[in-house]
Amino acid sequence: MELLLDSLFNGVAIGSVLLVAALGLAIVFGLMGVINLAHGELMMLGAYTTYVTQLIFKLPLLKPFYNSYIIVSIFLAFIVSGVVGILLEKTIIRKLYGSPLETLLATWGVSLILQQFVRSVPLAYGTGLVISLIIGLFLPATFPPKIKESINFKYFKFSSWILAAITGVVSGSVISATVSKLSRASARNVDVTAPSWMRGQVEILGTAFPKTRLMIIVITLISVIAITLFLNQSAWGMRIRAVTQNRQMSDCLGISTEKVDIITFGIGSGLAGVAGVAVSLLGSVGPNVGGNYIVGCFMVVVLGGVGNLLGTVLASFGIGIMTDLIGAGRLLSIWPDMPLSLSNTINFFATTSMARVMIFALIVIFLQFKPTGLFPQKGRMVEN
Amino acid sequence: MRISRRILAGLATASLAVTATSCGGGGTSGSFDDTVTVGILHSLSGTMAISESTLVDTEKMAIEEINAAGGVNVGGKSYKIEYIVEDGASDWPTFAEKSKKLIDQDGVPVVFGGWTSASRKAMLPVYESKDAFLYYPIQYEAQECSNNIFYTGATPNQQSEPATDFMYKRSPAAGGDFFLVGSDYVFPRTSNTITKAQVKQLGGKVVGEDYLPLGNTEVAPIISKIKKALPEGGIIINTLNGDQNVAFFKQIQDAGITPSSGYYVMNYSIAEEEISTIGPEFLEGHYGAWNYMMSIDTPASKKFAKSFKKRWGADRVVADPQESAYNMVYLWKQAVEDAGTFDDNAVREALVGQKFDAPQGPVEVMPNHHLSQTVRIGEINAEGGFTILEETGVVLPQAWNQKHPSSKGFACDWTDPSKGEKYKL
Repeated sequence: MELLLDSLFNGVAIGSVLLVAALGLAIVFGLMGVINLAHGELMMLGAYTTYVTQLIFKLPLLKPFYNSYIIVSIFLAFIVSGVVGILLEKTIIRKLYGSPLETLLATWGVSLILQQFVRSVPLAYGTGLVISLIIGLFLPATFPPKIKESINFKYFKFSSWILAAITGVVSGSVISATVSKLSRASARNVDVTAPSWMRGQVEILGTAFPKTRLMIIVITLISVIAITLFLNQSAWGMRIRAVTQNRQMSDCLGISTEKVDIITFGIGSGLAGVAGVAVSLLGSVGPNVGGNYIVGCFMVVVLGGVGNLLGTVLASFGIGIMTDLIGAGRLLSIWPDMPLSLSNTINFFATTSMARVMIFALIVIFLQFKPTGLFPQKGRMVEN
Repeated sequence: MRISRRILAGLATASLAVTATSCGGGGTSGSFDDTVTVGILHSLSGTMAISESTLVDTEKMAIEEINAAGGVNVGGKSYKIEYIVEDGASDWPTFAEKSKKLIDQDGVPVVFGGWTSASRKAMLPVYESKDAFLYYPIQYEAQECSNNIFYTGATPNQQSEPATDFMYKRSPAAGGDFFLVGSDYVFPRTSNTITKAQVKQLGGKVVGEDYLPLGNTEVAPIISKIKKALPEGGIIINTLNGDQNVAFFKQIQDAGITPSSGYYVMNYSIAEEEISTIGPEFLEGHYGAWNYMMSIDTPASKKFAKSFKKRWGADRVVADPQESAYNMVYLWKQAVEDAGTFDDNAVREALVGQKFDAPQGPVEVMPNHHLSQTVRIGEINAEGGFTILEETGVVLPQAWNQKHPSSKGFACDWTDPSKGEKYKL
């Protein structure tokens, strides 16, 4: 029983990391069909947001709230990665819809730029830049429609960008002056330390579970539930699904497909940011942190069936449980007196590297029989 | 011939020292007869840049020190050392390409370079085919002995063997079972093969081993294996690389694998630099084994740390790889002065037997192109340094490990033409 619980928990823990990382991609790649190789770097931005938030919460003014910084950083990471994603969509990806190869190359280029950006720009000024992006992109949208309709609106837009630039520079300098760790550019990996209430273990049914893992599972669950509710219950969710199913028809029916694209991409990118927070709790935060996950993310989405959230969920937990089952040699403890040749084979694959090989092999075999994944799309979209 | 050169070099140094003192120790710039340009080849970009750039800083500092003390004296002439820094870009073929460039185009007499074994393996054929010389400063898995490489880092018997011995006999987990964790590449695998043989000899037991693919930070399966194999605590030998250590230590602490519950981790790739990145709160109470530790309380060690901080900033630290890099520049200078020429082959001959008062204590170049060194075992403390627990005497390097099944009974000696790279003892 304890063994089963332990194994199941480990599988779910590994799977939830995969799931939270792949969730944003399931939306961007699954629903929109955009191959976004910069997805990992959007995760990285989320992880760096956690780091910056942590340092800012160490300032005397915010010190009493230090323990809650991780919750705050989840929302901030969603906003930061979402905004960068929106900018990416508006400037690059929008022009490349329908040409997957060009999108792939362009987003790969963006991923390199983002990696080098965090290496060579002091994080304080990076934060300032993000703040000015947020103001510049959203301030015009908050004006009442009356002003928007007036002829001078482009001047308002222009002046709000100027305001955004000033705020960005000021906030960048203020952060740089108050938090010395953020004032210098560094290629060195940084570290996010979980607040004390999240460290150590809790005991459930006689088995001890690490709290950070539980936290990641909770973050993943909330993200999945929130995104499912959004897609199925809200008006915008309905529009997104409509555009996914038939773009021309939705356009004819008066849905602004342009807006839908921005919102979908923004949400997908924002979820990558949330994944970044989760990942920062496990390892260190560096320019390459997202790149390590990108292959796994695509694997999960393809295995689950493109365009299907349930498939992504099942695929991640499936891979997680298999990783633990093979990698930790669990079968041997379940069935201790198996034939020698079989136990030797299992032992051979019971290392992390070989487990990975085995999982990839199993996925390849699986896709031979079900090339469209666990839950293939049915209906008209398939024909397009 | 060699003696006369030595005397000559000695005379030159002495006369220079006299001039220097008569000038009141003032700057000697401008008083050189000539210059010599050496090559420095480490990664300045890419994933290895963080580690390798510290070596470039150290080598530059050593060269500046030598220049400030009058440069290299060859054949009665004083040479100022200049350097060309090339970027290996964390890409192994680039290391080979830049080596060719430094040797053929720039005509440097020596290259100081490399960090990863993969970069060294990529460079090795270049130096052998051009009969040029590479100085390599990193502790590594050995099982190699090139006539064209000079290794100033520790071999396994100068790091992992004394460390395993300590863990099994004298650590708080003495007599316990071993679990081996490493990144999946050549150093951890070779090092662990040696450790397994040694543990067997000591009468201990290795109950498990696992390797994490480079870049992977998912250590949950490894943790459940450790808990299964060592339910009551024990000894963990860790050869993980770089950032993977952060994931490992964060997650084992959360899983309750800590010194207070009887698990002690001995690390071969964590020096002062890495402790500050990972955070001492995750590492306190675990162990490390190195030839040099910043906490060594000798004037030479203090001077080394102080000049580095003075040159590159008060928040910088020095660690074992940097000390090796520092030593190799000085050893090259001594060998050149003894040989009386910059010619590779004469310098190679003069190099064997060179002694240097390194920050770690005296070191000497052995006929197998490795250094005799002192080994230290330290416990990581809350301040981010090592509390030195043990210090061996001088340990001779084994290019071919005597515990590894494939190299047992072999040795390397380049001073005797009948022996060479690998001969049977």
